[in-house]
Amino acid sequence: MSEAALPVLIEPTAKPNERLRAALTAPMFVIGATILTIWIACAILGPSLVPYNPYADDLMNTLAPPSAAHWFGTDQIGRDIFSRVVVGARSILSVAPLATLLGTLVGTTLGLITGYFGGIIDTAISRLIEVLLALPLIIVALLALVALGPSNTTVIIVIGLIFAPLIARTVRAAVLTERELDYVAAAQLRGESSLHIMFVEILPNVMGPILVETTVRLGYAIFTVASLSFLGFGIQPPSADWGLAISENYELITGGYWWTVTFDAVAIASLVVAVNLIADGIQGAIE
Amino acid sequence: MSSTALRQPIEPAPRAQPTPALDIENLDVVYRTRGRDMQVLRGISFSIAPGESYGLVGESGCGKSTAALAALSALPRNGFVRGGSVRVAGQTLASLDATALRRLRAEQISMVYQDAGRALNPSLTIFRQMAEVFELLAQPADRAADLRALCTTMLNRVQISSPDRVLDAYPHQLSGGMLQRVIIAMALAKEPSLLVLDEPTTALDATVEAEVLDLVATLRREFSTAILFISHNIGVIERMCDRVGVLYAGSLVETGPTAQLLRRPMHPYTMRLLRCLPTPGRSKATARLDTIKGFLPPPGAIIPGCVFADRCDLADTICHTTPPPEHTIATHASRCHHWQRATEQPLTATETPIPTANHSHDIVLRGTNISKTFQIGTRSLHAVTDVSFSLREGETLGIVGESGSGKTTLARLLLGLLNPDPGSIIELAGQPAAGHAAARSQDQQKALQIVFQNPDSALNRSHTVRHLIGRALARLAGLSGATRTARLTELIHAVRLTDRHLGMRPRQLSGGLKQRVAIARAFAGNPKIVICDEPTSALDVSVQAAILNLLADLQARENTSYVFISHDLGVVRYLSDRIAVLYLGRIMEIGPAEAVFEGPHHPYTEALLSSIPTPFNESNTTQTTRIRLHGDIPSALNPPTGCVFHTRCPRKLGPICETTEPAPETINDHTIACHIPRNQLGKRP
Repeated sequence: MSEAALPVLIEPTAKPNERLRAALTAPMFVIGATILTIWIACAILGPSLVPYNPYADDLMNTLAPPSAAHWFGTDQIGRDIFSRVVVGARSILSVAPLATLLGTLVGTTLGLITGYFGGIIDTAISRLIEVLLALPLIIVALLALVALGPSNTTVIIVIGLIFAPLIARTVRAAVLTERELDYVAAAQLRGESSLHIMFVEILPNVMGPILVETTVRLGYAIFTVASLSFLGFGIQPPSADWGLAISENYELITGGYWWTVTFDAVAIASLVVAVNLIADGIQGAIE
Repeated sequence: MSSTALRQPIEPAPRAQPTPALDIENLDVVYRTRGRDMQVLRGISFSIAPGESYGLVGESGCGKSTAALAALSALPRNGFVRGGSVRVAGQTLASLDATALRRLRAEQISMVYQDAGRALNPSLTIFRQMAEVFELLAQPADRAADLRALCTTMLNRVQISSPDRVLDAYPHQLSGGMLQRVIIAMALAKEPSLLVLDEPTTALDATVEAEVLDLVATLRREFSTAILFISHNIGVIERMCDRVGVLYAGSLVETGPTAQLLRRPMHPYTMRLLRCLPTPGRSKATARLDTIKGFLPPPGAIIPGCVFADRCDLADTICHTTPPPEHTIATHASRCHHWQRATEQPLTATETPIPTANHSHDIVLRGTNISKTFQIGTRSLHAVTDVSFSLREGETLGIVGESGSGKTTLARLLLGLLNPDPGSIIELAGQPAAGHAAARSQDQQKALQIVFQNPDSALNRSHTVRHLIGRALARLAGLSGATRTARLTELIHAVRLTDRHLGMRPRQLSGGLKQRVAIARAFAGNPKIVICDEPTSALDVSVQAAILNLLADLQARENTSYVFISHDLGVVRYLSDRIAVLYLGRIMEIGPAEAVFEGPHHPYTEALLSSIPTPFNESNTTQTTRIRLHGDIPSALNPPTGCVFHTRCPRKLGPICETTEPAPETINDHTIACHIPRNQLGKRP
């Protein structure tokens, strides 16, 4: 038979690896990844890198402006701001990603269930999600934190659960298109369980949108964690935390002590921007 | 040569020798991908005289569309002309600046695309979009009223009977056939010297296709426009074109007058392509379809000799080393070293017919009064109405019908992917089957499997071939461990894949290979019945032939029954023992394949049969007796009363057809639902 020896034909046009490489070497992605890497290094190695003990006060040297000795100056009780900014990366970079991860897990599961089953299950869960989304995020978070008492665990759970509906909505939309494809019908015809179809058949095909959504959410989570700390419901004093530091010092700006808040604010901004640049890069690689 | 004013004859060319409407000389086109040039057109040359119709035929990936885009100088951003020239109406495209090129496109060249629905802007009315054509021609006196008159005239010329309604409509409100007419009207409005038609009827149903092709043929005479007609369908090309060029791997391997080229090909590729077609008279019982071994060389491949050498049975050393020169007899040219022997080459498929399956009288699948009604708001859509049939072991039931006839809905009902209306009965091996697959017994689930139309959708793109087939073996055959691996190997060899394919994901496979994986998966649990839903409609003819041979072989070996759904009568005829013709969800005719093809026919079947453009029509006289159906298929939301076919029936008797639904009448196992007495129904001449 002529067909006995079929050469292996590899489609020359679709090479996701090539596309991925192109996206991962795009300048904006590289900038974002570099900034994020620096902050992760600070979070892990921070205490051994810094020149001063971030918690040690120095009442003889309060509110000193930036100088060779104190690069970012000192705060009201003379603590070295540079050291506190570096060490402060740890709290935010542990709380925000964990919260995002929780939100992704819960949201993906909800999205798969609503998208795959549809009908009454979808209607019920989707309406509930819409109600949750209608409430202002920070108010819900504050209420929950007041009721449960502030701690890192509560912050993670609260932010995670608030983000879950948003991720669920994205996943549901992706699942709706996948569900109509014939491979799902083929799976049903060999008697696969719904669990298998959702998690083994459909999930790998919607990983792209999930990944993008997760990175975007991480940016928001960083911002939310910082906001909660600023409002006094997140990380508690005397921890070195960016949001907390701004909250403690913002009244001093009018007195001309700009360095007490500026560096913490820049730290938050740079981290959020870095994560968003990475999210854009991933989106570009997937689409 | 400016022919700005509508309906003014094109100014005569200044020279005595008419300037060709399109003249392509030695054209090389490359696509630049990741810094590498991939050659897609290899020195093609042809020219089209004013008023002439030239066809380009070839399988997908041969460069047909690239040739069309090069003629419009509209190559994608990474496409470059590396050599040769394109002249349209005497002007060399490469020498024109942007303004002149735009002017040339606005006035001289028109293009009709495959998908009319996508070629029109969905948020503008037809009038708005047609008016743009005239505005581009920049006629000073055009006011709204004049524009409308111009548009109405054009729509009348493409035989649209209610132009006002169409002008005010949005694209989504019109049918595919109507949209393609609008596009053709827009294309001809400027009286172009060159009209490029890129697969203009591929997306249309057979009866609508026939109507559109007739229209193009008529308009061609009226407008005396030169036509470049691109199609993979040799039958369409034969009907439409004076001359034809056969493209293979970016090379024009054979050119010549259509009839001569198709009847006496001078290139082995053309010969092979023609032998792949399931033309009338061929069936699995008489002979295997011929196939072309191997694969099209990938774009950019460096081929020192003949482009077809790797797949050609005549090829010898010279073919692999030296590009063949052009051999010309009068106007018929072939690029083949062995052109004189092109028709002598042996068949790749052995002449031995496929051993027939062992037909027993056991009925494996029976449907009685199967109906399905979808509720759309408050209205009900009757997708399938009272369909009854039975399928014996080892037998193929072909189901034919145009889009919207309920073919796919019927398949999904049988499979249990949709719940039928109460009263419908589906029996598997004599046992009633539940409406929903999940509620069927495991044996019943195993007994019925499917090969879907589109393997891209049917195969999970995240899984490897090993996982795709292995999972089916685990679920449907209950195999695990070494037995599963052994059966997996056996199965992929049965569909002629190799072990190398096991680790690949669908995107790494070509369309034909993907469909083989889908077939292997369907056969994993030794099913009694496999439903094939247009399994070859997304494939090229040579690949289609291989898949049809494979299906026939598997059927003979496993004694499997098929329900074979297709809109292509040739394909259905090749594989089917019995055929059912569906129209608006109802069976118009069902019976043994020969009886359905030979007649007496239901008038709808008769029209379908005569609308199929088939090459090798022994005499062209049959073409004049072609039966035309007018208008579009009515909506299933609002089906006609009485006989559902009466609105389009060329043999309508009278009021009885509008009031009474004809009762199906069975003579010799051949059932027809029509008021016309059996002895007055049409037969094959």
